[in-house]
Amino acid sequence: MKIIVDTSRCVGAGQCVLTEPALFDQSEDDGTIIVLNETPEGELVEKAREAAHVCPGQALSLEE
Amino acid sequence: MTTAEKHEFPMARTCPFAPPPAYEEIREEEPVSRVRLPDGGWAWVVSRHEDVRTVLNDRRFSADRQHPDFPALVEGEAASRRPDEERFLIAMDPPEHGPARKAVLGEFTVRRLEALRPRIQEIVDERIDMLLAGPQPGDLVDALSLPVPSLVICEMLGVPYADHEFFQENTVKVIKQSTPPEERWAAMGAIQGYMADLIAEKEKNPPDDLLGRQIVTLRANGTYRRTALTSMGLLLLVAGHETTANMISLSTLAFLRNPEQLAMIKADPSRTLSAVEEMLRYFTIIDVATARLCVEDVEVGGQLIRAGEGVLALGYSANRDPRAFENPDELDIERGARHHVAFGFGPHQCLGQNLARMELQIVFDTLFRRVPTLEQAMDIDELPFKDDANIYGLYQLPVTW
Ligand code: SF4
Repeated sequence: MKIIVDTSRCVGAGQCVLTEPALFDQSEDDGTIIVLNETPEGELVEKAREAAHVCPGQALSLEE
Repeated sequence: MTTAEKHEFPMARTCPFAPPPAYEEIREEEPVSRVRLPDGGWAWVVSRHEDVRTVLNDRRFSADRQHPDFPALVEGEAASRRPDEERFLIAMDPPEHGPARKAVLGEFTVRRLEALRPRIQEIVDERIDMLLAGPQPGDLVDALSLPVPSLVICEMLGVPYADHEFFQENTVKVIKQSTPPEERWAAMGAIQGYMADLIAEKEKNPPDDLLGRQIVTLRANGTYRRTALTSMGLLLLVAGHETTANMISLSTLAFLRNPEQLAMIKADPSRTLSAVEEMLRYFTIIDVATARLCVEDVEVGGQLIRAGEGVLALGYSANRDPRAFENPDELDIERGARHHVAFGFGPHQCLGQNLARMELQIVFDTLFRRVPTLEQAMDIDELPFKDDANIYGLYQLPVTW
C-alpha cells in the first residue's frame, strides 16, 4: 500500500500525526503534513486507513 | 412534537446529555430540511454524518459571517454585520483563509504542543490543590474547568491572566443567545480594544510568546497588520478557554454518572485519550459554528441547495447518526471512533483541537487520581446547564470529595 498526499488540501489539523506518529509528522512552519513512511506494512496499514478517514481536508488517499 | 417546533432553530433539548429530540426526527425523516431562524429568515439544516462532512469540506459553502445573506443565528446579528471589517479566521474563505490559518498553525502542531505538557500538568495540579484547600462543596467550574484552559491560552498568547475576569465576563455575554444585540457588540468591542492595546504594547519589543512571535514573523514577510493579529488573538483567547472549560465540566459530570466507565479509566489511564474522544462526540458543544452560506448551487443528500441560501451543518446530529456510530446515544469510552465532527470538518476544523485533547486528558487523569472520592453535590435537575448559549456547558458544577 502507498500513501498519497495532496498537500494543497492539508489543513494542518494534525489528526494524521495523532493517529500514527510513526507515519506522519507536521511542518513546524505551517503545520502541513510530512509523510515519514509512504509504504506502510503490517499494523501500520490499518493506521494509515484511519488517518485517511479522519483527515478533515481529505488530503490523504491510499493506493492499495 | 409539532411541525413548527421541529422546524425552528435553535431546537430545544429535553435532556442535558442528548441533542434536541428533533435532530433525530429530521435525520431519519427529512435529513436536509428547512428551518426558521430567530430573526424570521430560514436556512437548510443538514443532519446526517456524511452530508455534514460534505458541506463542511466543499468550497461552494462559504464561511463568511459578514456576508449580508449569511444565516443569522441570534437576533440583531444581520443588522450588526460590517462587511468591511477585519474577519475572524472562522469567517474567512479562500484565498484569504489558507495563509492566515497557516501563519499560526506552526504553534499548534502535535509536537509543539507536547512540549507544553509539563506546564499544563503543573497548572492542573495547582488548581486541584486550590480546590482541595477550599470549602465543600466547591464549584468545579470556578476551581478547575475555567481556570485551566484560560491559564494555558493566556500563557501561550502572552495575555496577563490577571485580566481573566474581564475577558471571561465579556465572553459569556458574547455567547449567550439572550444578550441584547447592543450589549453583545459592546462586550465584543471591549475585548477587541483590550487585545489591540495589548498587541500595540508588544509591538515595541516583541516578547517570546505566540503574539510576539507572530509580530516578528509577519513583519519579516511584510504582511503584519495589527487589526488582523487582534482578530486572531481574540479568537484564540475566546475559543481557547470557553470551549474546553465546558468540555471539562460536562465530561466530569458524565464520568460521575457513569461509574463503570470511570472505573475503566481509573484502572488503566491509557484509556483516557479514547475517553476524551468519546466525550467530544457525545457532547458536541457547538452546532452554530458550522453555519455556512451556499454560494453556488449544490446537491446535498438528494436536496438541491441554491446559491444565496443558508445552511446549518448539525455536528451534534452527525455525531449521533447511527449510520456513522453504533448505538450512538450510548457513552462508550472504548468506542475509539475518531471520525466524529465535534471539532468541525474541512478547512475550518478547529486548529486548537490537539491542545484541547491534551488539556482534557491531563485534567481527567489528574482529577480522578488525586480526588478519587469526587461526587456531584447538586441534583441533576438543579444544575445550571447552558441551554441559552451558543456553546453548551455548565455555569456551575458543585462537587464534594
Ligand atoms: S490530518 Fe489531514 S489535514 Fe490534518 S495535518 Fe494530517 S493531512 Fe493535513
